[in-house]
Amino acid sequence: MSTPPLLTIEGLTKAYPGVVANDHVSFTIGEGEVHALLGENGAGKSTLVKMIYGLVKPDSGRMTLRGASYKPAEPRQARADGIAMVFQHFSLFDALNVAENIALGMENPPALRDLAARIREVSEAYGLPLDPFRTVGDLSAGERQRVEIIRCLLQDPKLLIMDEPTSVLTPQEVEILFETLKKLKSEGTSILYISHKLEEIRALCDHATILRLGKNVGECVPRDTSARDMAELMVGTALKTPERGAREFGDVALDISGLSVPAPSAFGTTLKNVHLAVRRGEILGIGGVAGNGQDELLAVMSGEVTCARDAVKFDGKPIGHMGPTARRALGVLTAPEERLGHAAAPDMSLTENALLTGSVREGLENNGFLKWGATKTFAEKIIKAFDVRTPGPENAARSLSGGNLQKFVIGREVLQRPEVLVVNQPTWGVDAAAAAAIRQALLDLAANGAAVICISQDLDELMEISDNFAALNEGRLSAPRPTAELTVDEIGLMMGGAHGMEVAHV
Amino acid sequence: MDLSAINPVLLIASLMVAATPLLLAAIGELVVEKSGVLNLGVEGMMIVGAIAGFAAAVETGSPLLGFVAAAIAGALLSLLFVIMTQVALANQVASGLALTLFGLGLSALMGQKYVGVKPPQMGRIDIPVLSDLPVFGRVLFGHDVVLYFGIALTAAVWAVLKYSRVGLILRAVGENHDAAHALGYKVVKIRTLAILFGGACAGLGGAYISLIRVPQWTEGMTAGIGWIALALVVFASWKPWRALLGAYLFGGVTVVQLNLQAAGVAIPVEYLAMSPYLITILVLVILSADKSSAPASLGRSFHASR
Repeated sequence: MSTPPLLTIEGLTKAYPGVVANDHVSFTIGEGEVHALLGENGAGKSTLVKMIYGLVKPDSGRMTLRGASYKPAEPRQARADGIAMVFQHFSLFDALNVAENIALGMENPPALRDLAARIREVSEAYGLPLDPFRTVGDLSAGERQRVEIIRCLLQDPKLLIMDEPTSVLTPQEVEILFETLKKLKSEGTSILYISHKLEEIRALCDHATILRLGKNVGECVPRDTSARDMAELMVGTALKTPERGAREFGDVALDISGLSVPAPSAFGTTLKNVHLAVRRGEILGIGGVAGNGQDELLAVMSGEVTCARDAVKFDGKPIGHMGPTARRALGVLTAPEERLGHAAAPDMSLTENALLTGSVREGLENNGFLKWGATKTFAEKIIKAFDVRTPGPENAARSLSGGNLQKFVIGREVLQRPEVLVVNQPTWGVDAAAAAAIRQALLDLAANGAAVICISQDLDELMEISDNFAALNEGRLSAPRPTAELTVDEIGLMMGGAHGMEVAHV
Repeated sequence: MDLSAINPVLLIASLMVAATPLLLAAIGELVVEKSGVLNLGVEGMMIVGAIAGFAAAVETGSPLLGFVAAAIAGALLSLLFVIMTQVALANQVASGLALTLFGLGLSALMGQKYVGVKPPQMGRIDIPVLSDLPVFGRVLFGHDVVLYFGIALTAAVWAVLKYSRVGLILRAVGENHDAAHALGYKVVKIRTLAILFGGACAGLGGAYISLIRVPQWTEGMTAGIGWIALALVVFASWKPWRALLGAYLFGGVTVVQLNLQAAGVAIPVEYLAMSPYLITILVLVILSADKSSAPASLGRSFHASR
């Protein structure tokens, strides 16, 4: 990498009350280079890019852009200097149309009609089709991201900052995005790419800077470094691969047979004739592309959607008609995918959130009166056992970063000694070390005789922890097969819904 | 009863007068709400504008100076709201209610020596050809300048919101203040200006009641027009021309029911008195059945560090 430096960062420091977000961070981005910024949740990546984009002022340190001193006082100035940013949480206006959204991000936008023509031109040149007059509120996550990217591209940026761009995209959309980024790179645009998805970084980036607790702890060339080594640099200790001890499978704990449930909403998926059985000590992995019935299947198992009595059985007893509280009392626990609003109430404290699902099994209620002392102890136990980074259990769920909250909601269920635990996307948005800890907890749970169902879109995760694997496709569940025997091609076929192929393979 | 006593020409002329205070206040509040702020203090700003404008007009002898003073007074009172909600980040609903109560009390204090005083009269404008047209000339073109200002303001607000960059930024701030901040727009500054504009408009609307519609000063004379303006903004789906339509409808039904009362129609007075509110809301509810919705950040406090 002997490209001339575009942006040099030296000794950048930013402290907030109680935390040093960045501590003397230095690195260099070359012209036309794709530079990765790697780090765990809370390592200070976001603060760093906000300083480059002029949203946050550094306490000390220097930035040099093409040899000249660079001190952006506000985003406007950063944009004028050729720095553009695509945000992690899209900074778009739902009620406005695409062209208006883009005009808002420009200094001197042309008349809307000319702008619309330019949007069409640029979106076609980069393979990102987009209608400038559609209302942004009606667009999918991938299309919204296109709006942001095109907003940046129209300013001919020298440096494009992307903050976790793939966390909301489908695999197909990720591919389109990567094509666009490669094209940009070939045109000489530098990209600062923030992610903790190591495989993406290895596929895309020329150079990586690794942050840990606000400090620059290393650099590497991702192509020549294994994902494991990078993860260890990020975490700072050797990464533990979850260990799966030999386990004996017991009796069938949860049994679903012939379950068909109509779609709960216009955008939902209908479950069609689903059969599955999990034994005690077993982890069943359920894969599939998002939106093929994962949420609906979880809802049926948690009791949010009730069905025929005999369709769902726990230890041979029919529970299909029971609601979530009755199932919790029996030991059938679930942790849904959506953290804010489904798994946790955003504006309530962690203690209150611990009570919400824990009251039945942990006995946190006494004739309708709440036992706050015991609840707080329970919340603190979760925080300690799952290394949730928060000042204390009185903080609101919303104040935690995504990964930390995920650790909390999974830990809350695991610590209630479930007989059956169903989790959906247990490590979504969680950094490598915490993901390993969550997977280990699921394995330990199974080793202690619980039945675990893990719904996930992360195939590596399913291969790592599950004993049997089944795939959801358009509301149909394939027959489970032992994970150890499966190849990637076979999984692809199962996810594609080619049920007939199984017969040919076996 | 004698319906022939109702003169349609006078009716239309007086409905335009009756609608104007409501229109001015509603247009101001519409801009405030488009920027994402809910100011429930419209009634308070109107009544303070009414007495400030009245006092200034009496002291200087110039109704126009009275209107200027009313706009300044309304904006000054709204500055209090700015300090509470934009600087101290107080709850907007509570602050707005406090502003109304404060404005009612303050206006009573300011108006003590003006009860029973007669204000100077506002001249009607005389447009050479148009005002001389038979029938319509008198009805449409024989009013005071503030009435036309109200209509022009509606057109201006509509055009600015729809076509200008300033309007786009204002809507963006009301839609998603976090995103607007991330793009580098000054959310608090834009909202402050919008609130001051809303205060000035409410002040003008109040002064129109005390200087032209009624012309005299009595305590609490705005009589809930500020609250109707608030409802009007919502039912008009935050669209300026619909606010104008609603205001004229309200003014029209008010004038008609007064005339019907005078003519001795055999409908109980209570029903007639409630009819303007009922009919205006009914029509606007039907109109607002389309998908347009409130600015997404409406009523939410903004702080840059969140």
